[in-house]
Parts: sequence; C-alpha cells; structure tokens
Amino acid sequence: MPTQTYFLLNDHEIGTAAAPGMLVLDFLRQRSRQTGTKEGCREGDCGACTVLVGELDGDGVTYRPVTSCLLPVGELQGKHLVTIEGLNTESLTPVQQAIVDEGASQCGFCTPGIVVSLTGLLMQDGAAIDDDGVKRALSGHLCRCTGYRSLKACGGILRHQLGDGTGVGALVESGVLPDYFRDVPALLRELPQPDDGGANGDGDTLIAGGTDLYVQRGDDLAEGGAGVLGLRAELRGIQRQNGHLQVGAMTSFEDFAAHPEVLKIVPDLPEFMWLVASWQIRNRATLGGNIVNASPIGDMTILLLALDSTLVLTRGKRRREVPMRSFFRGYKQLDKQADEILAEILIPLPASGTRVRFEKVSKRKCLDIATVNLALSIREQKGLVADAHVAAGGVAPVPLKLDETATALVGEPLSAVTVERAVRVAQTEISPISDIRGSADYKRMLVRQLLIAAFVELFPDRIQAPDFYPTSAPES
Amino acid sequence: MKHIDAAAHTRGESQYVDDAPPLTDMLHAAVFGSPAAHGEIVALHLDDARTMSGVVAVLTADDIPGENQIGPIIQDEPLLAEGEVHFRGQPMAVVVAESPEIARKGVRAITAEIAEKPPITDPRRAYELGEVIGKTRTFQLGDVDAAWEPCHLVLEGSCDVGGQEHVYLETQRARATALEGRAMRIHTSTQSPSACQRMTAKILELPFHAVEIDVKRLGGGFGGKEDQATPWACMAALAAWKTKRPVELVLRRDEDVRMTGKRHPYQSDFKIGVDEDGKILAFEAWHYQDAGAAADLSPAVLERTLFHGTNSYFVPNVRLFGASCRTNLPPNTAFRGFGGPQGMFVIESAIAKVAEALDLPREEVQRRNLLDDGDLFPYGQRVLEGRAIRTWDEAAEAFELEQIRRRVEDFNRDHFATKKGLAVMPICFGISFTNTPLNQASALVHVYTDGSVSVSTGGVEMGQGLITNIAQITAMTFGIAPERIKVESTNTTRVANMSPSAASATTLLNGNAAMKAAEEIRERLKAVVAAELGVPAIELVKIVDEKVLFNGHETGWTWERLVQQAYLSRESLSAQAFFATPNIWFDKDNEKGRPFAYHTFGTALTEVTLDAVRGTYDVDAVKIVHDLGRPLNEKVDLGQIEGGLAQGLGWMTMEELRYGDDGRILSGALATYKVPDVYFMPDDLQVRFLENAGNPLGPFHSKAVGEPPLMYGIGVFFALRDAMQAFRRDPSYSFSAPLTPEKVLMEIHKDRLPELVSSEAVETEPALAAK
Repeated sequence: MPTQTYFLLNDHEIGTAAAPGMLVLDFLRQRSRQTGTKEGCREGDCGACTVLVGELDGDGVTYRPVTSCLLPVGELQGKHLVTIEGLNTESLTPVQQAIVDEGASQCGFCTPGIVVSLTGLLMQDGAAIDDDGVKRALSGHLCRCTGYRSLKACGGILRHQLGDGTGVGALVESGVLPDYFRDVPALLRELPQPDDGGANGDGDTLIAGGTDLYVQRGDDLAEGGAGVLGLRAELRGIQRQNGHLQVGAMTSFEDFAAHPEVLKIVPDLPEFMWLVASWQIRNRATLGGNIVNASPIGDMTILLLALDSTLVLTRGKRRREVPMRSFFRGYKQLDKQADEILAEILIPLPASGTRVRFEKVSKRKCLDIATVNLALSIREQKGLVADAHVAAGGVAPVPLKLDETATALVGEPLSAVTVERAVRVAQTEISPISDIRGSADYKRMLVRQLLIAAFVELFPDRIQAPDFYPTSAPES
Repeated sequence: MKHIDAAAHTRGESQYVDDAPPLTDMLHAAVFGSPAAHGEIVALHLDDARTMSGVVAVLTADDIPGENQIGPIIQDEPLLAEGEVHFRGQPMAVVVAESPEIARKGVRAITAEIAEKPPITDPRRAYELGEVIGKTRTFQLGDVDAAWEPCHLVLEGSCDVGGQEHVYLETQRARATALEGRAMRIHTSTQSPSACQRMTAKILELPFHAVEIDVKRLGGGFGGKEDQATPWACMAALAAWKTKRPVELVLRRDEDVRMTGKRHPYQSDFKIGVDEDGKILAFEAWHYQDAGAAADLSPAVLERTLFHGTNSYFVPNVRLFGASCRTNLPPNTAFRGFGGPQGMFVIESAIAKVAEALDLPREEVQRRNLLDDGDLFPYGQRVLEGRAIRTWDEAAEAFELEQIRRRVEDFNRDHFATKKGLAVMPICFGISFTNTPLNQASALVHVYTDGSVSVSTGGVEMGQGLITNIAQITAMTFGIAPERIKVESTNTTRVANMSPSAASATTLLNGNAAMKAAEEIRERLKAVVAAELGVPAIELVKIVDEKVLFNGHETGWTWERLVQQAYLSRESLSAQAFFATPNIWFDKDNEKGRPFAYHTFGTALTEVTLDAVRGTYDVDAVKIVHDLGRPLNEKVDLGQIEGGLAQGLGWMTMEELRYGDDGRILSGALATYKVPDVYFMPDDLQVRFLENAGNPLGPFHSKAVGEPPLMYGIGVFFALRDAMQAFRRDPSYSFSAPLTPEKVLMEIHKDRLPELVSSEAVETEPALAAK
C-alpha cells in the first residue's frame, strides 16, 4: 500500500505517494518544478539545496534549515517545507536586498540556499544577528565566488534594519515573511501528524538523520524500503533520571548541545560544536545515528564514549543495556541485532569537579570529517587524577575508548610527566591506518598532541605546552 | 551599478540549464567512465544496459557519425574512448534513458574489460619516460650560465605544487535539441560557446552554422568550463542526434570531480643566485607540468607558467624550462591563473630560501628585486607603467608593514605554542590571451524604437559580472540609463567565432567591441539630431543622462525622441563591431615578443596564527592594494578580488587533490576535498584600489581583474612558513603545497617524530623539559 505523506509546501498542502525515502531535493526539482533549490553536491557539504522545515511547537512553528539532499520526503509528514519560492514577497526581502546591495551574489548558484539559511536565522525567536550568528547561518554553505566577506557584511545591514525584530511572528508583522506564515500553525494542525501512526517509521533500512546514510547509499534509499525514524517522537528528548541523563537516540546534535542538562555536564559544549558539522547538518544529524552508523570518527560518538555512556537497545517492549565501550566490535560491527533499535543513550551524571574537553583536527576546521578527534573526561582530587575517561576517533577500526591510557592517569599526580606517560601508553592502544584523512604517523601524532592540548586547555595553570618540548634553545 | 542578475539570483528565479522547463519527450543521459587508468579495451558489455526498461540508447565511439576528436590544441582526445583508455573516468559510453535515475542504473549495468597497463601518475616519471606533450619550452634572458660565478650565494631547491578542483557550484551540464534540417541547438554551461559549436559540428559532421550554442549564465566556471564543458555538450548532442529527442546531461558532483580535469599539479626545481644584499643575479627553474592524459589546454598553461616564472621581480639572467608531461589522470585544464600561479610559487619559494639563508625577513629580499619601468621580462617585453613598487609601497605604508612585522616578532617572543606569521605577496599578471589570435571579439547592438537596447557579445556571464560591465559600458557610451540595456544570452548565431571567456580579458575584448558598436549607432544618432537642428558640427552634439545637448546646452531632445526620429529618418539602429587588441605579438621560435596588452599589479599582506600543538592555523588578515586602472565597477571588481583570493588561499592550504597509484581519485567528493568556508576566510579582509592609475587600453581606463587576485593566496603559504620558522627554525621545510595541517604538524615536529609516534611499550620515564 503506498504511503501518503501530507505536508505544507510553502503556502499549499501536498499529499504525495512518493517513496518516503525519496530525497526532498529531487521531489522539489523533478515533481514540483521548484527549481530555486539547487543541487551542488548531494552530500550536505555545499548548502545550495537548503530548505526550512517547520514543526509545530506549542502554539507556533519552529523552523530549522536543513539540506534537502539528505532529507527524506517521509520526514515531512505534518510539517511545513519552505523553499526559496516560499520566502519571496513582491519586493526583495531585507535578506535579499542586503545580498544585492553588498554584491554578495556572483554566479548566483549558491545564493537561494544562503537566503534560506539567513532567513532561517532571523526566524529563530530571540536570534542575535551578530557576527557569530551570521557565520553559524552560513556555516553550511559553500560559495566559490565571493570569499564570504560580502556575505558576512549582510549581517550588519540586517542587524541595523531588524534589530530585535526576529522570530516568525515579528517577521510576518514587518512584512519580511509572506503573510501566509500566519496561517501555518492552523494548517499544520489539520494535517496528519507523525504520531498519528503513520507507517513510515518501519522499513528495511531505518533512517535517523540520514546525513551519512544518504551520502553512502542515496540511490537505493530513494527507491523505497526506507523507514523514517524521525517520525517516532518517543525517540527524542532529554531528561534526568536515576543518576543518568537519558537522551533519546533521535535527539539532534543541535538540540543536544543546547539542552541545559547537557550543558551542566559539558559546559564548553557550544565551543566544541562549531567544529562539528554545519547548522543544517546539526539540525538533522542525531546522536543515535552517529553511534549506529559506527564510523570510527563520529564526533558525538567520541564525546559520548568519554562520558562513559550506556546504550539502551529495544526490540518491541524488550530493553537491553550495553555499555558503549563494548558496543563497537569491529569495523561497522555492532553489538546490535538487526531488529533492535538504539532507543536511548544514558549518560552518567559525573561527580562534581569533572571536566570535559573535546578536541578535533580536520583539514578544514569546520564542516569537515575529523582526521582524529579525542575527548577527555577527568576529575582531579587533591592534586591527583581521581577519574579519567579518554576516547579517540580515527585511530582504530572502531571509535576507541583508551582504557589503558586512562588507567595510566588515574591515581597519578596531575602533571606533565603523567600526561607524557599517558600519551605514550595511548600510542600502544591505537592502530591508525593511512588514508585520505591523513597518514598513520600523523594520526599518531594527533592523538599525542590532542591529549596534550586537552590537558593544557583544562588545567592551564598546571600543564603547559612547553613542558612537552626540549628546553634547549631552538636550533638556528 | 549592482550586479544585474543579483535580484533574480536571491529569489531563486535565475535559470541555469536544467532549471528551464523540461522539453516534451526529453531524455536524460549519464556517462560510463573507464574503470582503469590505462589499458587496452578488450570488451565493453552494454547489453544489460541496452535491454533495461526505460533505456532508449547506449552510445559509444561507433555511434559517432563524424570525427571522434575534441582536442582543442592537439588532436589527441577522443570524445568517447576507442581502443585504449588513458584515465579513470574517461568517457566510454553514454546511456540515454527516460529519467536520470534510469540512465545511471544503465551506467551501473555496463562493464568494461580492460587489459591494464601500468599508469603514470607522476609528471617527473612521465618526463623520464619521454611522455611529453608538444614541445618543451625555454625562456631565457641574459647569460645564466655565466651569472652563477659572481654570486654571493647560490641555492637550489624543489617545489611540489598541487592541483585544484574547480568546484564550480553548478556541475557540467547541457541540453541538446535536434532541429529541422540537420541542425542542433544546445543550451549549455560553457565558457567557450564556439568550442562547443566546433566540436559538436565535428562529431556530427555538420557545418558550424548548423550548430547553435546558447549560454545564459554559468553557476561558476573558473576555467573549468573553458574547454571541459565541450565533451558534455557533444555527448548530449550526439544523444539527441541519435534518438531524435531532446536530451539533457547533468553530471553529479562525484562524476564531475572524477571525469574532468583540474588545475595542473607541477613538480619544479630551481636554482637562484644573489649578491650580499639578496639582489637576484640569476634564476633558473625547471617546471614539470602534470598535463594528465591529453593535451587539452596544457601547452598554453605551461607557456603562462614561463611568462610568470619571475613574477614581479627583475632577474637579469634567467632561464625557465617547462615540459607538459603526459600522465594517466584526467586531462588537466584551465583554472584561474592558468599556470601563472605555479610559476610564481617557485620564485617565491626561491626567495624564501634566500631570505632564510641571509637571515633577512623575506619581504626585504622581495622589495629589493621588484620590477621597475624599463626592466625586461624574460620574454622580451619591457615594463611600461609598472606598478609593482607603487602597490608594494602603498600597501607597506597603508597597512603598516613594519609595525606588523614588529608585532609578529613581539608576539612570537612571548608565546611558545602559538606563533604568528607574515608574508607579502606581490603579483604581476599579463593581460591578453598569450595565443595572440584569440585576442578578438565582436558585438551586436540593437536599439529598439522605444529606446531600449539589446547587446550581444561573445562573452559569457559566469558570475564575474560581465553582463553588468557590458551593460554599464554600453549605457555610458550612449549616455543613457543602464536599465535600458539588456545583455542577451551568448549565442553563436548572433556572434560568430568567439574566443572563450577567459584570460581575464572578457570585459576588455567584449566591452571594447560593445563600445565600438554603440559608438557607431551613437554617431548616426548624432548626425540625425544635427540634421534636425540644422547644425553642422556633429562633434558638439552629446547625449548625457538621456538628454541631447548641443554645445553643452539642452536641446529639448530626449533619447527616446532621438531614437524614434532616427527610425523615421530610416537610419540603422543596429550595429555590429569588432575589436582586436592592438600591438601584441609573440614569436614562439625565439620565445620573445610583446604578448600582453598590459600587466596588472598588486601587493597583499597576509597574517596567520599557527597552533603548533595541533598543527592547525587561522588566516587572521589579508590586506591588499590592487591596481585596477580606473575601476569600472568597484563592487563587481571587489567581488572578483575577494573571490580570487579565497580560491588562492584554498589552493595553498586545504584543497588537496589526492590520487592513488592506480590513478583513482581519493578526494573525489566535497567530504574529502575541502574548499574555503565562512570560518576559514579572515574577518580582516581589506582591499584598496590603487589611486590615480589609468589604463588607456582598457574600456574607460579599467584593468582586467579576473585572475590576478588568485595569486595573492600564495602569500598564505609563506606566512605559514614564517610562523613555522618562528616555532622551530629549519631551512629544510619543504616547498610542498597545499600546506595542510598534516604537513605543518609533521614538519615542525620532524626532528622528534620517530620518538613521538613510537608504539613501543613505555618502560622508561619520559625525558621531559620541565617538572
């Protein structure tokens, strides 16, 4: 039986029997002939296909920019899909006018997507249109013509024009958004919502965020057989329970990093997140997907490993807990049955005084896959290391918890000597290979350097970079 | 004036080839590329694809009615492989189907049996094996061999410069329709409509006039669509010819990266001799260009490497050798700078080596050797109105070079693991196609009776602002508002025998042609008004702001009235005009001449911060003084400078093309091939235009701007090297670009590497500096 997906496309309702796994990008360009959405890479790296997806949230609708080249049609059930065509008003919007005035559009191919993301930024309630916000909005866009200065400058114009007038309501009032946005909440309430028992949550291949799955297997998934986990609301959400933080596996990176309970455990998380994917990808990518995808280099996986998390797998009503450290059995081999779903991640609430650091090096700092990433969770008591967890990615066939390295730290004085000993132990635990992301020796070097860096960042008064270099004056 | 298309771009209303509504019965094509880098074709199994439901045709070289040949300079490149394959991804068959998905499924159903031969992936190896395309080239000046003896210092070194993927956001694409009477119309995304026309005609055995190429705009080109848009247009045309239905061919990103050529990687050796002060007395360089599997534009690119082999410096004794070396990679092609950047990188490296040996800041050695008026380039042209020194000094003063150097030194003294670096990068870039005959263009201008104007030229809009420039030039020539001007698509039926939109010369050539056509009509109009007013002196008639003035006074005539009167007077309101760059020539036998109409100059200061623990870095600032002549359109030009810089910075840092020994591309997607993003580009990016700098040869005294700014990006390599030297002084750091974080980290720890990455069990206490 063909599944119907009902959603709003800009100002009108769509009911489609398109395969739930079909890409929204293809749906837009081929079926709806909305060609303002461009295909630049089909892997979420360029942002030319960016659209907004709006979801009912209390009385209003929350909009997030995502790349339509990684977004299954099935995911749109009961949602509002906004393309560049749906943002156009009779005259240019302030975002469009700013781009024109700044000369920030040259060949124009990336431009519609950028307009969508910048508008998406303005649509966030209380969004600050500051330089960081504008860069965050542009983080998932490649423009090969401008060099970005002119695009960044648009932020200043918008800040000046709109001030605090951000959020969907304010933008509709000021005419920045077309009038039909007013009616969207009511229209969405009339559509079948995901939790109305749509069948899209089942299928041969289950898609979480799809941000890697579609890159690897886009053509098969589009043809059918894909189930969309995003429709299962019970898999999202974060709550504190029994000494744990219970995190739904379908929680997006962006929601995770913004959650107050998470920030209590990892206060510096926002500082790390800009190294992890782009805004669009973080809106789609899920913690569960990152783990089950089993890439040895998943950023959130490494962080969660260092937090000593436990995974909850379900099959119907059956629940099973697996410590994350033993979940990865070999390259893309998991302690998980085919019909089990990763439902929750349990993060133990750390003892007070625990400090957490995430480090990542990639060819490009942002929106790039790590060559090596590393996370350290550590607690010091009276000058000695009381607890430590270390995890590193890109150095083994699996995301690796460096238990011997941690053992070498615990009970020792918090000092450079201890760290130096630990980085040497780390070299015996890892087994990196040379590949496109770097040579084996480079990855070994990075494990050393990133562990040192993590300590220097966490304990700047005790441990400093020069401690790890010969004292003799540089040779001339 | 703002970019004419910008408003439509922001609304998503600008149409690229496949945005136009699909044509009735249109088919879609996909291309099967060679699975091997080198070998003889034993068999190509097409049956599974041919019998697939929805597949309409599978075409190979056997289906080509004309000549299977698309080589632009040397006839060495088949459209579809025949007998042998020479690179992975080389097109072997075209599947034509009812949808792009089915076409790709058809491609996946094809298999090829290839008797593989060992591939060559290294240009030096190719050179040793005699795999040289065309002739090797040598430019010389003075007596190099005699010049080494008196030198205070002679140094030798090698450079390894990587290629670069264009990453035009819009991949290659074309849509072809067979027309009545054995004719073909192709909408495509090419910088060279005439090349597409010629090659399609050759493939289909048609006269050129039977092939119409139409180009509305490109979603970026950067050289990657100068010659390499041609095969896809030809394949779409072949498919349309065979199936009698319209055919669209759009490459996906992975296909585009795998199948098309890129900027040429080079391996180079150099030898430099200087006096005590670092004044260069002699310089010699040997350039081994990785041309890929076919000539494409490689010989011309190589030539420009030699033209720019001494960059902005005067070298009295110089010899530059270059060879295009045939490897089994996709044929490399034009990319902004066209071989110039690779040549400049080598002399900049040589100067770095000199400065390090003399213990001088690199910028002091550079400044001492800048070109001055009257100096000779190695190819015999003399520097005229040179602005190397002017832009340098203005940049040094305006941006406070000395203070920056001091600040960098102070910072580095106070910090251990974080180091700052600074580099100055002067550029000197010759404007003109070095192949002199290409320096021609024509334009067709119509004035309609309502006063609106249509302009057609041979120039292609690829985001560089050409149509904005053309509209502005035409409006200024007529004395009317730019809103009256419409710049038409670039179409081979309106303008014949176009040169590609390349060599930074598109506005120079086409703008001058449009200006001449507009002038012709304007003079006719002035004659009309002079006759109507009964005044003999046409030269006293002027059109200013749409009003007709006589001797500076208003006449009551407006542009519209004037145009209507001209029509009633049966005066032609259309003109076609031709422009050829005057006074340029080049003698390839002696490698001497005056190949360039003029040179563009500029100087950039680049500041970086290096994180020596992680090996990562940030570009803090780039500050540029650029010679634009009298800018035609500052906003458009600024966009070209900033965008060119971004590509140059990317080329020198993160844009790392990697191929396996089997010729397989390893960096074949945007997940593995990274280009600059918003966070990478410096927030402190300042551009100043050199003031009081005319240029009689450019339209309205403007200067070309497309390519030169890319080469400012080279500065980041030397700024990083500066920072690396501050962390650990080592003259043996390699001149290997791009300087990725991997290379940085490994180089600065080269002295201790074996010890640091040892996986031997830890038995002894670590020897530590402190604690």
